[in-house]
Amino acid sequence: MPGIKLSEKTIGIIQQVCSDFRNEGSELINVLHQTQGKLGYLPAEVQEVIAKELNISVAKVYGVVTFYSFFTMIPMGEHPISICMGTACYVRGSEQVLAEFKRQLSIEVGQSTPDNKFSLNCLRCVGACGLAPVVMVGDRVYGRVSPQMVKNIISEYKEGCVSEAKSA
Amino acid sequence: MTKKIKISINGVSVEIEPGTTILDAALQAGVIIPTLCYHKDLCVAGNCRVCVIEVAGQKRLAVACATPCEEGMEILTNSLKVRNSRKHIIELLLSEHNADCTRCYKNGNCELQYLASEFKIMTQDFIQLAPLKKYTIDMFSPSIVKDDSKCIRCQRCVRTCVELQGVNALTVAHKGDHMKITTFFEKAMSDVVCTNCGQCINHCPTGALVEKNYIEEVWDAIADKTKHVIVQTAPAVRVGLGEELGFEPGTRVTGKMVAALKRLGFDAVMDTDFTADLTIMEEGTELLTRLKKVLVDHDPEVKLPMATSCSPGWIKYIEHMFPNYLDHLSTCKSPQQMFGALAKTYYAKARNLDPDKIVSVSIMPCTAKKFEAARPEMHDSGYRDVDYVLTTRELAIMIKQAGIDFMKLEDMHYDRLMGESTGAGVIFGATGGVMEAALRTAYELVTGREVPFENLNIAPVRGMEGVKEASIIIENPLKEWAFLEGVELKCAVAHGLVNAGKVMEAIRSGQASYHFIEFMACPGGCLGGGGQPIPTSPEIRRKRAEAIYAEDAGMPIRKSHQNPEIIKIYKDFLDHPNSEKSHHLLHTHYTSRERF
Repeated sequence: MPGIKLSEKTIGIIQQVCSDFRNEGSELINVLHQTQGKLGYLPAEVQEVIAKELNISVAKVYGVVTFYSFFTMIPMGEHPISICMGTACYVRGSEQVLAEFKRQLSIEVGQSTPDNKFSLNCLRCVGACGLAPVVMVGDRVYGRVSPQMVKNIISEYKEGCVSEAKSA
Repeated sequence: MTKKIKISINGVSVEIEPGTTILDAALQAGVIIPTLCYHKDLCVAGNCRVCVIEVAGQKRLAVACATPCEEGMEILTNSLKVRNSRKHIIELLLSEHNADCTRCYKNGNCELQYLASEFKIMTQDFIQLAPLKKYTIDMFSPSIVKDDSKCIRCQRCVRTCVELQGVNALTVAHKGDHMKITTFFEKAMSDVVCTNCGQCINHCPTGALVEKNYIEEVWDAIADKTKHVIVQTAPAVRVGLGEELGFEPGTRVTGKMVAALKRLGFDAVMDTDFTADLTIMEEGTELLTRLKKVLVDHDPEVKLPMATSCSPGWIKYIEHMFPNYLDHLSTCKSPQQMFGALAKTYYAKARNLDPDKIVSVSIMPCTAKKFEAARPEMHDSGYRDVDYVLTTRELAIMIKQAGIDFMKLEDMHYDRLMGESTGAGVIFGATGGVMEAALRTAYELVTGREVPFENLNIAPVRGMEGVKEASIIIENPLKEWAFLEGVELKCAVAHGLVNAGKVMEAIRSGQASYHFIEFMACPGGCLGGGGQPIPTSPEIRRKRAEAIYAEDAGMPIRKSHQNPEIIKIYKDFLDHPNSEKSHHLLHTHYTSRERF
């Protein structure tokens, strides 16, 4: 983990989030959720500040961050792409969809494109198994995705115009 | 009184208290249900599933450790369904475990191995996942080796680190088949808040957490004819070692242990109890000096309460967790380190030995002592003061390797010069013991009379309560201590770091007004140390404590200041307690460390 020195401003943001939740250790998940919303990701240095503010161990914070796939410790792209690898999606071909995303973007799972526009991740079940295989870009859900559709999905975000018709 | 409920276990009906778990009910009925993630010291986790049992009328098997009995339950612990499931569960655990048993440090003392043996797991019906994964072996700590390939994720270590010690160095991270027991950002144990207390080792059922052993290094030293190898044994070792060598818990094996050490080839066998007595002289004097500086001189630089500094796990804990309170710690080194500094100075001079040729070994109930001996400041003799630290368990291994029939050994006595001890030195091994020993000496020093407790037994500081309190009102002190007239000396004793943390929080918030506090990292004090025989349970700790107090009661001298070798060392070498020489050799300083 490369050492990052957090700016006073960033530390202030984290402290504010913690105090919004009364600096209570039991609010850890809420604090992490809000902090990631504001900072984009939760690297070691951020986790350390949170542990200190909530007076809990850093190991515990790390345990929670690594447990939930929602939390990320690396910066996400402007449009985070998540491919569902749950059972239903997997058997309906999500692996081929993932391979196509990797090929189109030239990145691996857990990485971002050099222009930081896209990042690629896998997740487990968004609860839309009827639409398998499912892909999420940001908050939007795409259903019954085939490898052939991947190029179009990416281009929607490249051009900055999102077509409503194509999303499920 | 609550009404008992009726259940049946394997067709035998029993009456039990409501709320009893099936596991405990079965034990009461004489039925043993195998367990793995369960430990008497810890909260119930119910994650290993080894203790599955069948309840009549229920389709799914239940786990005995986490299921309370209900009226009329018919429990089967050995049905075909239970047996098959249990066997599968053990096989599945083994499929994720690096079962390289013959090359494992825990070979012969592994709970998973016992289960595999009991259930005769002789086939491999499941895909062996362990060889397919990448695992880390963390060997950076001077005390603890953590081998993830042996880990079955029962989380006993995590619960220990959180519930007993309040340290939280270990956590459960990731999930599914990636789930593992690790530290913050998977750092080495030596780089996190770990106190090296070794309680995780003592609670680990497999070889995932073991002490870093220095057995071969010590054998090499013994074999080296140019070296003079001196060994010291901590108070708690004599009441634990027997368990590894065929004796019941609570058996005192002091004389046999000395005999065994001589047979192993150590050149001199000495007692850490001697430096425990010396600690009392130094620490007691320091306490009285501090009291004077605070009560009479009103010196704002001098801090009370004064905290004991014998337990290296506690020292590292306070360095991490309460770094602003380090000036509350006594500057006294632990008895182990006092001994080390004296072995290569006082002892070397008296025996006309070149200190460079002395190898100083200590036998400790503790893994944190390995870290303590390696601290850079512990070189006051001009050499590394203690070269190797072995746990009680490592000593037992050496005794077995040497082919010594321990049970048949005739008792022998420690060698002279640093081998004499008192009952006060012995009770250092139990929680409250340092306090009791200190009070026996300090009270007498101040008043000229013995402590006002029957047979010198200061009962309020004994026992397994997490935090104990005691106070003594000082009346009619000797002339030089007149300022203590009527002072109520308030003391506290905490053992288990989670309790130490509670006392420290009380001090931080200003709720506590103690003068003197004894802190021990491990539950029960050193007798429950991380280097003591496995298993250690509340019952075993109680038996070891009884043995310690029996040893004390049987000693002809029970007060540190009356130890003739202590009187001699001050006369011949150190001058007086807290002298310049003692400050150089027997006192130390502490390091502020990060918690986050």
